[in-house]
Amino acid sequence: MIEFCGVSKTYPDGTHAVQDFSLSIPARQITVLVGSSGSGKTTLMRMINRMVEPTSGSIEIDGQDISKAEPVQLRRGIGYVMQNAGLLPHRKVIDNIATVPRLTGVPKSQARTRALELMDTVGLDRALAERYPSQLSGGQQQRVGVARGLAVDPNILLMDEPFSAVDPIVRDELQQEVLRLQSELAKTIVFVSHDIDEAFLLGDQVIVLAQGGEIVQQGTPEEILANPASDFVATFIGADRGKRRLSVSQTQARGDDRVLVDAGGYPVGVIAAPEGRLAVSSASPKSRSVSNKTDQAGDA
Amino acid sequence: MNWVWIGDNLGLIGGRILEHLALTAPPIVIGLVLSIPLGYAASRSRVARSILLSLGGILYTIPSIALLVLVPVILNLAILNPLNLVFALSIYAVAIMVRSAADAFASVPRDVVASAAATGFSGRQRFFEVELPLAIPVLLAGIRVVSVSTVSIASVGALIGIDQLGSFFTDAFQRSFLTEAIVGVVAILLLAALYDIVLSRIGRALMPWNRKQSAVMASPKVSTVPLGGSL
Ligand SMILES: Nc1ncnc2c1ncn2[C@@H]1O[C@H](COP(=O)(O)OP(=O)(O)O)[C@@H](O)[C@H]1O
Ligand SMILES: [Mg+2]
Repeated sequence: MIEFCGVSKTYPDGTHAVQDFSLSIPARQITVLVGSSGSGKTTLMRMINRMVEPTSGSIEIDGQDISKAEPVQLRRGIGYVMQNAGLLPHRKVIDNIATVPRLTGVPKSQARTRALELMDTVGLDRALAERYPSQLSGGQQQRVGVARGLAVDPNILLMDEPFSAVDPIVRDELQQEVLRLQSELAKTIVFVSHDIDEAFLLGDQVIVLAQGGEIVQQGTPEEILANPASDFVATFIGADRGKRRLSVSQTQARGDDRVLVDAGGYPVGVIAAPEGRLAVSSASPKSRSVSNKTDQAGDA
Repeated sequence: MNWVWIGDNLGLIGGRILEHLALTAPPIVIGLVLSIPLGYAASRSRVARSILLSLGGILYTIPSIALLVLVPVILNLAILNPLNLVFALSIYAVAIMVRSAADAFASVPRDVVASAAATGFSGRQRFFEVELPLAIPVLLAGIRVVSVSTVSIASVGALIGIDQLGSFFTDAFQRSFLTEAIVGVVAILLLAALYDIVLSRIGRALMPWNRKQSAVMASPKVSTVPLGGSL
């Protein structure tokens, strides 16, 4: 579990990137921080591995204050995947994946064997092992990035908009891959995104952020979709209505209940009015990925 | 062109080529080695950058003949000691190279360095395993410029009596004998070309990741100082 307690970050130039942020991130689930650009998502994520030091407040991992941890050691225990994969261009794929275990003193042959296994795990052909990153497609590079993040078998995986630079079809594929991996590995994943669809698809818990890292709403995708806490959230989740996977139908309302439809307009659930809760769709990740699959079929 | 003279003096020509090589190789290596920490510092801090680059610019504008007269005084060496020339050439080499090295470290992609830090490289590991290797293309371009300029400036040593290829120019001048001057120029050009070939070979060997797409990564922006500016 990762716990932010009253965390603020003001950069030296005076930018208040995050103000008085408190959040509890449960273990072995995917928590998505979603918000528009500049809302402080990257800053929040980088405070978890001490790439950025909070100006005030504290962050605990499993009850331990991380400000007392040695930053390099802390980072070696936390997987990190970033937007442009951030691979070392001068190292082969296999060495990129093996790099962190090597830093911690794992013998080369053992690290490479493990790297090959990780290539299988993330769905990369072993034939690519001896290539350099520039010889891979964007999607393949991101897979290498994920494999590298998993290389030390960390409990925590930080993913900062890892798929925002790949094309939509590959992104869909990679998102499904994350869900598959998570069902096998059950890591504590903190995932940053500016894409509300991605957030709803991947998140067990979704945190909608406004400027300054202000939490405007937090909950399961279903809760947020059913009851946007404010106009801000409503606008945010309605911003790209055409592409969004699930939405509340305006036309198919039944009395006070509202109907949840997918992108093709098919009802997938009913929101019962008084409690504002989903009557049909349960909150398990499985049902989410299923409803997503049908809508992918509709897109294709 | 007096071919007979050339034939009779092959030993002298060969010897001076070796002298020239021995006098220029150390400054090139020293220039590279010293410029790496200085360039790194310059790439990390604006203040350091402006101080170091201005200093490099100033040093480079000292006329070489003036430097050659000053160095023996500074080092307290006999005026004919070849170390004076090596020292002076090293100063020029560092002066030119510091800018290339600063550019080289600035050319390393920031997100690669950030991701190395985020995955647990210590500062030291980041420098030796990420920043230095990725700075090689620009460092290499810089050191190639330095090698040509060093080979060329070294000939001034003849004016203070240090024997090398430049001595063909002073001899030719004293004796009004054109052949010797031509021999000196050709030998210097060949030596410069040799350095260039050797350095680019070394670069290729050091950058296996660059081979298949050398056009993309080996064309860095390098700010060069005009050659032979202080001759
Ligand atoms: N190193 C920095 N120095 C100064 N300001 C920064 C720095 N990093 C981020 N910021 C600013 O902090 C705010 C939040 O940035 P960031 O955390 O990157 O947001 P996001 O990832 O949500 O786009 C932005 O206004 C950004 O310009
Ligand atoms: Mg960001």
